[in-house]
Amino acid sequence: MPIETIIFYAFSSVLVLSALAVITVRNPVYAALFLVLCFFTSAAIWLLLEVEFLAIVLVLVYVGAVMVLFLFVVMMLDINVEPLKEGFARYLPVGLLVALAMLVEMLAVLGIKRFGPESFPAPPPHPAGYSNTRELGELLYTEYVYPFEIAAVILLVAIIAAIALTLRRRPETRYQDPGRQVQVRKEDRLRVVSMEAEKR
Amino acid sequence: MIGLAHFLILGAILFCISVAGIFLNRKNVLILLMAIELMLLAVNMNFVAFSRFLGNTDGQVFVFFILTVAAAEAAIGLAILVVLFRNRQTINVQELDSLKG
Repeated sequence: MPIETIIFYAFSSVLVLSALAVITVRNPVYAALFLVLCFFTSAAIWLLLEVEFLAIVLVLVYVGAVMVLFLFVVMMLDINVEPLKEGFARYLPVGLLVALAMLVEMLAVLGIKRFGPESFPAPPPHPAGYSNTRELGELLYTEYVYPFEIAAVILLVAIIAAIALTLRRRPETRYQDPGRQVQVRKEDRLRVVSMEAEKR
Repeated sequence: MIGLAHFLILGAILFCISVAGIFLNRKNVLILLMAIELMLLAVNMNFVAFSRFLGNTDGQVFVFFILTVAAAEAAIGLAILVVLFRNRQTINVQELDSLKG
C-alpha cells in the first residue's frame, strides 16, 4: 500500500471520529477542542492534495483566530451544561435518519463509478520548485481582484457589526467625552471675583 | 490509490455528520454554530479536491473566499450570541420564542 493511502485513511478516520465527537460531547469546551482537531486533520489532508497555502491558512486563521474566538465565548458565557443535552435522545432517531438518507443520496451521486480513478486519473505531482502560494496569488491579484476587494469589505462589515452588537454603555462607569472637553470655555470653569482685601 | 471519489465521500460524510449535529443539539446555539463551521469545511474539502484533480486553481480561490465569509459569519454569530445571552441568560434555542405570536 503506498504511503499516501495510509496517510489518507489514518487522517480521514481521525477527522470523522473527531467530527462525531464535536456533535456528541456534553461540554461545549470539549466540542470546540475537537473542532480544532478536525481543522488540523483536514489541513493535513489538504497538504496531501498539494494545496499548501490553504492548509496553512486553515490552521492559522481557523484554529488561530476563529476557534480561539469560539473558546473565548464558550468560557465567557456561564452556561449550565446539563439541561442543554435534554433533547438529545429524543432527536437522535430523526437526526440519524436524515443524515443517513443524505449520505446514501450523496454516495449514489459521488460513487466510485463516476469519480473513480478511471474517469479522474490522479494528476502528476508538481515539480520541485512549484509554489502554490505564488500561483494562488497571481490568480487572486489579477483575475479575482474585484472579489478580493469585496471580501475585504465583508471583513470590515463583520468587524463593525461585531463591535456595534457587543458594545454597551454602562451608566455606572465614568468616562471622558472628548467632544465636550474641547468645547469648554474659560467662563465655564473660572470665575473672577473682586473682593476687598482682608485686614491682617 | 486515492482518487477523487475518496475525497468527495469524505466530504459527504462530514456534511452528514454536521447535519445530524444540527438535529441533535437543538438546545445549544454554540454547537449549532460549530456544526455550521464543520459543514463549510466539508464544502471546502470538495472544492479543494476538484481543484487538484481538474488542475484548475480557481477552486482554491473559492475556498479562500469561503474562509473569509465563514470567519465573518462566526464573528457576527458569536456577537449575536453574546448579546442574546446578556439579555435572556440562556442559549437554549427552544426558550427563544419571544417573537411567537
